[in-house]
Amino acid sequence: MGDLQGAQFQATVEAVRPKPDYIGNALRAFLVGGLIALLGQGVTEYFLAAGYTTPQAGARAAVVMVFLGAILTGLGWYDRIAQFGGAGAAIPVTGFANAVVAPAMETHPEGTVMGTGSQLFTVAGPVITYAVVAGVLSALARWLVLGG
Amino acid sequence: MSYLLAFLVGGGLTALGQLLIDGTKLTNAHMMVVFVVSGAVLTGLGLYEPLLEVAGAGAAIPVSNFGYVVTQGVLQKLQAEGLFGLFSGIFSVAGGVIGAAILFGYGIALLFKPRG
Repeated sequence: MGDLQGAQFQATVEAVRPKPDYIGNALRAFLVGGLIALLGQGVTEYFLAAGYTTPQAGARAAVVMVFLGAILTGLGWYDRIAQFGGAGAAIPVTGFANAVVAPAMETHPEGTVMGTGSQLFTVAGPVITYAVVAGVLSALARWLVLGG
Repeated sequence: MSYLLAFLVGGGLTALGQLLIDGTKLTNAHMMVVFVVSGAVLTGLGLYEPLLEVAGAGAAIPVSNFGYVVTQGVLQKLQAEGLFGLFSGIFSVAGGVIGAAILFGYGIALLFKPRG
């Protein structure tokens, strides 16, 4: 082995690094993401049958799914689903709940206030920030162009 | 039929996210941000609402829907209250999910300890 430097080292690392199993990962994500959406559809249909409008039923179903994601994370089951499903578990709203609960569950030397209280927003912080910025700009643009 | 469409679209969107993660160096958290921003932009363009009508929970369960509800809330409040809606509308529809995530998240983080 000569001394590998800079770009040469990078090229060697890239060549030896195993390529991800694109197809397998995508299929597992499809299965898990699809099943979570299917469950969400079932919960939505329940609220529709109870007489709520579509937006009301959707909002209630989202809260139920957040609860499910949070409790399964607490029980340690969501990690296993995520290991199998990857983005299929991360992208649904249950994965958002998982990203809120998981970092907050660890015992924090900073304590319950500065530890748990802030760790809830480790992932939720960036997600909420970008949703707000993009949402306000998109809504403003649409309002200015179409008036609604 | 609504269940099949929810499964196919929900699965398709998350599989797309997985391909983007594998093809780039983005993490799950980055991909969630990509999804919420995409949801907001598609809502601004008037494309997310039709997707929701076709796919139901298939479009409502992925976090892209969070971008949709923020945009939708701001649009509704802009129409009702004028420019103040830019602020008051942000969480008017999206508030349920944020509130639930914080409340359930806090409670479960206190009740459960990580395993393994």
